Amino acid sequence: MAAPMSSVGKPSAERSPFNNTSFQKKTRSKLISIPGTRPSVQNGQLLVSTGVTSLDYLLGGGLAVGTVLLIEEDRYDSYSRMILKYFLAEGVVCRHELYVAAAQDNPDDILQELPAPILDDVAMHKPAEQPRLSREPPDALDAMKIAWRYQNLPKVQTALASSSRFGHYYDVSKTMEPEIRQAAKCHRFYLPEHPTQSSPPHSTMLESYSALLKSLQEVINREGFDVAAPMSNSRNILRIGLHSLGSALWGDDLCCHDNPKNGRALTTFLYGLRALLRSSLSVAVVTLPSHLIQDRAIMGSITRLCDNAIALESFKGSERETNPLYKDYHGLIHVRQVPHLNCLASKLPDHKDLAFKLKRKQFSIERLHLPPDLSDTVSRVSRGELAGATTVASACGSGSSGNKHLDF
Amino acid sequence: MYTELNSILNTTPDSFTQGEFVLLSDRQSDASFLIHHFLSLYLRARCKVCFVGLVQSFNHYSAISQRLGVSLTQAKEKGQLVFLEGQKESLSVLIPQENDTGSQAMDFLRDPSVGLKSLYDVLLSLGVSAGAVLDFSHYCRAIVCSQLQGNVVMLVRCDGEGEEDEGDDEGSERLMKGLTHQCSLTLHVQGLPTGYCRDIHGQVEVCWRRRRGDGQYTQKKLFQYKVHDKGASFFAPGTSSAVL
Repeated sequence: MAAPMSSVGKPSAERSPFNNTSFQKKTRSKLISIPGTRPSVQNGQLLVSTGVTSLDYLLGGGLAVGTVLLIEEDRYDSYSRMILKYFLAEGVVCRHELYVAAAQDNPDDILQELPAPILDDVAMHKPAEQPRLSREPPDALDAMKIAWRYQNLPKVQTALASSSRFGHYYDVSKTMEPEIRQAAKCHRFYLPEHPTQSSPPHSTMLESYSALLKSLQEVINREGFDVAAPMSNSRNILRIGLHSLGSALWGDDLCCHDNPKNGRALTTFLYGLRALLRSSLSVAVVTLPSHLIQDRAIMGSITRLCDNAIALESFKGSERETNPLYKDYHGLIHVRQVPHLNCLASKLPDHKDLAFKLKRKQFSIERLHLPPDLSDTVSRVSRGELAGATTVASACGSGSSGNKHLDF
Repeated sequence: MYTELNSILNTTPDSFTQGEFVLLSDRQSDASFLIHHFLSLYLRARCKVCFVGLVQSFNHYSAISQRLGVSLTQAKEKGQLVFLEGQKESLSVLIPQENDTGSQAMDFLRDPSVGLKSLYDVLLSLGVSAGAVLDFSHYCRAIVCSQLQGNVVMLVRCDGEGEEDEGDDEGSERLMKGLTHQCSLTLHVQGLPTGYCRDIHGQVEVCWRRRRGDGQYTQKKLFQYKVHDKGASFFAPGTSSAVL
């Protein structure tokens, strides 16, 4: 629809359709564009990457902003810690802010162990970086002989190039360089260094949890992650990593006793955490030593209170390590819960038998499949004898004891 | 509002029994899709609704109700719907000082309302005792159902594996039994006993408890359901479209 020209400067000026129409493109997306995020194709939620691309796929494209991911730790806390580090490393690469809380290890130690990103097509802000485009030594850059077309291009790419990709790959054998890590803003909460305050008398939460919740709220309000805060031009995401919540080092006896006295302290904390997250631009990953928790009902309510929940079960040290069925994998991954956010139906993964493998450059999650049996022996070890009762807290009843495949 | 569920329960937006206490419960599955059914049903019937949302925010319910054909924001503006955001209020309670959340909920009852919904397992996990929740639901029923001729719909979750000798699960089991006794209609949602199925998300057991002159009369019916984007479909066991 072309509107009449407002100013007739030159009578012979042609009517350019781009300048003189009143047509305005309606911007559909009311989502603010924050680096490192993308809208979900299912329900339009803003998603961030967990750092592990196969985990992103499992969770339906990524982790929705404002939700909690619960990771039930494997026995020695090796792979859950790895996923937490991937999550934080992704935050560094995407220029998000980090918040790390731990009771066992100093958050600085966790931050120093972050894996190095594989940046082949991305340039980070490094002071002594050589530009990829020119192949000549620095002193000959004034006059490029071969690549002279590139002479006028800027030498260092701006860091926004790193955020155009969603989900990066990391090299586990190397740690992230300090310059890259220090470019990201980190907030720390190390429980032994935190002064213990007396909790109010009727509190069901422990002092450690209430101190943590208070500190989180302070950071969110101070740094402007609150959704209700005035819209500034640059909004960012806060990535919260809580390591080994519920363990005895937090003062919780959930993992120590069959009938814990403070049975509801952690659930109250998780409820408060979720309320905080829903009203701010942040996302949290919580790891929990669930193999120590005896009370299944409390474990059930903890799972319900977190939006996403996965459980890792590693083969290290168990009899399954030597099992030929599992020789290609490091452990099993169980999806306990996926959220329904703004929609009725949730998208559970189609297959329940998923296994993971930590390779040097990738943490891959695949469907467990039986390799073809090429040996002479007829009897194949059936999966039903091996797989323990894997209960999935979804719309399925309590699982029967393994699948009994018919052995011919 | 799911049309098949309406025909099962013999309710329409124009006529449903007043003074009913409906209990929704689930075991290892999620019955919140039934909450959306009742919410849209009562709003379409032009009743006043008071909704206590403890688990999800207003936007979540609003987005889903939009797909079911009811606009929550409009209802809120007209005054037909009172939505109490449990999460936001709880933050102000949890962080500076602790308050008994049960007492907070009592204030909500002063509104004259017809429908009232809540999600009670969260209260349990917050440390409110089962006894307090039972008292609260009794008072709700007394005020809303008897005095105001309204309906109360409640969603409770039980996580127990069904063993009665679990001493530490007595909270949620006791709550379930107490509430089942008080209510007139129960919808119990469970997963399929045979395991996970992509096309059938679970089964619903509908139980009417009617008082007649000679005593209590209970009628039970079992259905299977599947939840999809715009609603849920209910069918008799074995007649799923995936099977036939």
